[in-house]
Amino acid sequence: MTVTAPVARKRSALTKGQLPAFAPYIVLAVALVLGAAILALIGFNAFGWGLVSAILFTIGLVGWSAAVEGGRKASDKLATCLIVGSFLVALLPLVSVIWTVLVNGIPGIITPGFLTTSMNGVTGAFDNKSVEEGTKVLGGVYHALLGTVQITLLATVISVPVGLLTAIYLVEYGNDRVLARAITFFVDVMTGIPSIVAGLFAAAFFFVVVGPGTKTGAVAAVALSVLMIPVVVRSSEEMLKIVPNELREAAYALGVRKWRAILKVVIPTAISGIASGVTLAIARVIGETAPILVTAGFATSINNNVFGGWMASLPTFIYTQILNPTSPSNPDPSSQRAWGAALVLIILVMLLNLGARLIARIFAPKAGR
Amino acid sequence: MTTNSLTTSQGAGRAGDKVFSGATLAAGCLILVVLFGVALFLVVQAIPALVAPPADIQGGHGFFAYIWPIVLGTLIAAVIALVIATPIAIGVALFISHYAPRRLASGLGYVVDLLAAIPSVVYGAWGAAFLAPQISPAYGWLASNLGWLPIFQGPASATGKTILTASIVLSVMVLPIITSLSREIFLQTPKLHEEAALALGATRWEMIKMAVLPFGRPGIVSAIMLGLGRALGETMAVALVLSSGVLTASLIQSGNQTIAAEIALNFPEASGLKVSTLIAAGLVLFVITLGVNMIARWIITKHKEFSGAN
Repeated sequence: MTVTAPVARKRSALTKGQLPAFAPYIVLAVALVLGAAILALIGFNAFGWGLVSAILFTIGLVGWSAAVEGGRKASDKLATCLIVGSFLVALLPLVSVIWTVLVNGIPGIITPGFLTTSMNGVTGAFDNKSVEEGTKVLGGVYHALLGTVQITLLATVISVPVGLLTAIYLVEYGNDRVLARAITFFVDVMTGIPSIVAGLFAAAFFFVVVGPGTKTGAVAAVALSVLMIPVVVRSSEEMLKIVPNELREAAYALGVRKWRAILKVVIPTAISGIASGVTLAIARVIGETAPILVTAGFATSINNNVFGGWMASLPTFIYTQILNPTSPSNPDPSSQRAWGAALVLIILVMLLNLGARLIARIFAPKAGR
Repeated sequence: MTTNSLTTSQGAGRAGDKVFSGATLAAGCLILVVLFGVALFLVVQAIPALVAPPADIQGGHGFFAYIWPIVLGTLIAAVIALVIATPIAIGVALFISHYAPRRLASGLGYVVDLLAAIPSVVYGAWGAAFLAPQISPAYGWLASNLGWLPIFQGPASATGKTILTASIVLSVMVLPIITSLSREIFLQTPKLHEEAALALGATRWEMIKMAVLPFGRPGIVSAIMLGLGRALGETMAVALVLSSGVLTASLIQSGNQTIAAEIALNFPEASGLKVSTLIAAGLVLFVITLGVNMIARWIITKHKEFSGAN
């Protein structure tokens, strides 16, 4: 009796002035119920319910904490609520965008022929007919898909050698010289060039060199390269830097020339990182709209020649279908095609992102450690 | 004989070395040339608009009168986007670096990076088709209750296609940039500083205020600057969301325009002097973003030894 009593008192002294561990759950339950009640009065919707409940939860928990634990603990609780809340707020647009694209895009993408036909010959009359008679929406994204693949491929062919060689220069030959530091600085600056300015540059360049009004897939590819090169340089540079110096020194000790050491030892060691960096760079530029808009024009038919004639791409297809519907009086078929194309584009970008992670995992050097 | 074969092979190797290092140097210089070329070709193509008689420029009052409303519009949209995005981005970065369970943190970082992976045209379409109609009742409320403020002056746009909606879409697009940079910097906070603060009895929030935020301040500033660069140059979100017009103080009416959207909307059909005018507008945008980015990079380089954001 005399032994246990002080222990019990001590415990209570330590835990005094603390909220019980289950306090947040109680407050959450109360907040959800109260939130539902308030929303029922002014008209229920899920977003409002979440918002009101979150505010009630914060007020409840912080108020309770202030009463029991004092001001410092209460402001800690408030900061926690705000920080977790900001993360949840950041998730809202992500979920909302993906949901909107899925809901609006699936009807477009499951229309037969959507992926295998172009917009060649599809006029407003067909769209009006499909709305009035409920027949299927004609036209598709084949030409845009083809254009995106061609333009992006050409941009990759230009960017990867330039970007990779620059990264090799910076890591292997630069030695922190003034030139190397200048290149690093301007590569960083290039990362921030607005995409539309890159497009204008390519357009202005070809206007001067080839002739005014030159708009082809190749111009767009040059514009995308301006955006892609800095990304490739940065990621390749990081990957080359983490190749252990022992590998280089072992090669030199065997009498291997520097360029052969780079080609046969350094690059193969870093290839997984470089490949995944390149894939991420492709994912970044494949969705660029503005540079293609000012360099490749719009096309409604299939164009297999990157060097001649206007060319469509998925992003510009989405843009034009929304802004200038094929049939101005019935924009629904156009918006269905636009969302379908948006879904195709998002799937492409996500696949590329996923591919980059897979490449990094599969081709990682086995004898690395 | 042996010496001979050694020297010949060495000679060939030396040539290979020269060629290879020359190629890497050329690639590096090509980047500098391209950046210089961006500036040069933009200037060359922009000159006709700058020297043309004022009456020939769109609007009829010269290039300056044409450009300053859209420069202001660009700044307004970008600044509002940053005001919305910065607190949320820092909160998300803190959540990932100091609040989320360790094992979840990298996965959550990947989720936020997904926001950056979504193409801008999709954001534009989402803003125009989903966000604008959803948010227009809120504008009506703002106009009737806070209408005495010039920025909320009514009548509110019925479609919701206003500069504020465009800014909200922009803020979603710059959020992942600010978040990922800030997160890197918060993770670099010296563990000893954090543990010392906690050992003195600080709560988690006090520890963040005393150790993490002061350490990360230069990094946060440069992350915001990089976000500003992105927001200034973003085209599609504004071109699709905003129903543009003349410069207006009210954020909830249709009106205002940004440089990037002005170019995107008009360039495809432009010809002659109009092309020059738009390229000159692009040059102005280029100069503004270049300045912003160079300041941001300069801050990062100055604090290079402390931050991981380089």
